[in-house]
Amino acid sequence: MSLFKRTPKPTVTVTYVSASGNKREVAVPVGTSVMEGAISNGVDGIIAECSGACMCATCHVYVDDAFLDRLEPIAETEEEMLSSAFAERKPNSRLGCQIRVTANLNGLMVTTPEAQQ
Amino acid sequence: MSGGVVIAGAGQGGFQVAASLRSEGYDGSITLIGDEPSLPYHRPPLSKGFMARKQDAEATDLRPDSFYREQRIELLTGERIIWIDASNRRALLATGGQVSYQHLVLAAGARNRLLPVPGARLGGVCYLRTRNQAMKIRGRLGDARSVIIIGGGFIGLELAAVASSLGKHVLVVECGERLMSRVVAPIISDFYRELHCAHGVIFKFGVKTEYIAGRGDKVSAVVLNDGTSHPADLVLVGIGVVPNTELAETCDLRVADGIVVDQHMRTANPDVYAIGDCALHPNRFSGGTVRIESVQNAVDQARCVAAGIVGRPYGYQAVPWFWTDQFDIKFQMVGLSQGCDRAVTRGIPESRMFSVLYFKRQRLVAIDSVNRPSDHMAGRKLLACGTPLTPEQATDTSVDLKSLVA
Repeated sequence: MSLFKRTPKPTVTVTYVSASGNKREVAVPVGTSVMEGAISNGVDGIIAECSGACMCATCHVYVDDAFLDRLEPIAETEEEMLSSAFAERKPNSRLGCQIRVTANLNGLMVTTPEAQQ
Repeated sequence: MSGGVVIAGAGQGGFQVAASLRSEGYDGSITLIGDEPSLPYHRPPLSKGFMARKQDAEATDLRPDSFYREQRIELLTGERIIWIDASNRRALLATGGQVSYQHLVLAAGARNRLLPVPGARLGGVCYLRTRNQAMKIRGRLGDARSVIIIGGGFIGLELAAVASSLGKHVLVVECGERLMSRVVAPIISDFYRELHCAHGVIFKFGVKTEYIAGRGDKVSAVVLNDGTSHPADLVLVGIGVVPNTELAETCDLRVADGIVVDQHMRTANPDVYAIGDCALHPNRFSGGTVRIESVQNAVDQARCVAAGIVGRPYGYQAVPWFWTDQFDIKFQMVGLSQGCDRAVTRGIPESRMFSVLYFKRQRLVAIDSVNRPSDHMAGRKLLACGTPLTPEQATDTSVDLKSLVA
């Protein structure tokens, strides 16, 4: 019955590290966001109150340096939201909802702050 | 089932009460009751990314089903409380059972105001509140060529933006003289009219719908009270909502435009709370009581109730904020502008980056920002702290609003 088999969506592995160092490896579908990967897998530390509208800055993550230059640049809205985020804005700060997962992000590691609000 | 917290309504607010109770350390039973068949989900994307097919249904779930198991939240979907027996602290369910409670939270939301004209029940006339309704509209949008949107508020305009981006012929019918007139200054209404017009959307202002023509599952035209008739194969109605207060009335709680609560979101019955779209609450930013339909309001009131239940009560005083995405423009609102006596503009509308700052008796009461998120975020802090700001400072773009926050 292969006719009816759904082709699985391609995924990449994203590792979410909590502020206290706990790691969760999650298969995140290409095209979805780092925030969505966390929410749909019950990863703690990401709240996403505004559902990805870049409005609440509660999906703040620190991106592993090795991946920073593979990300799309920070848009102005994201920059402004980050500068008002609850946890400290660092050079590797991003909003999880604004990082679309692509094939070349396989192995991406992000750390969540101690608190989002 | 016995004791614990029972939450009537599994929208954003109801969900948040459950989640916050657990994160606040509440250990009793939590029953979350929603009348929709699915897991609780985010509503904002329904008229935006979900409608534009950029997101699928699952991506709008607030949490996966494992969350409810792990957090010991009993989620009853497709279920509804129909009657509250307050003296015995129990609630009767539509399917016949009952639940008893120690605390009951009414997070009943609101329902769409219906268009009171002939033809409004035709199949091609759709409303948007639930994910199922959104799926239905999304399906019909695929085949539609001409879409008429009744109501030039947030929902109507977000749908207009999606429909016109999909190449549909879009007409928006608004009975008032300008867009989003209930909440924004004329300069913003004008900006949005021009934005939509530039994308081919057509507007008719100051007219009402006389009737909708069609047969069975299909609409054919909308006839307005100026005598004109406009062909359509899909009619979307967004003319506001009515709060769901009936449940509160079953146990004689006070109801006005919403369920009346105090600053702790508590009704006159100390065991019963109300939050979100259905709660008429005292709000420091309105200077009276108000009912607010927004994610922020639902979530922050939910947190307030959860804190109260675990014995750490505080009066609700969160700064109201709201957003809408239409085309490529981010519009963010903070504060409540109703009753303002002066509005000044910061930046130039033609640059598509400007804010309107609203004052009431020389105090800043709200900021609406078009593509100026820094003004919005500064506004949240300025309003929370009550920082003084003059209209002159407000219009001077060389003044960094954030720097004024103490």
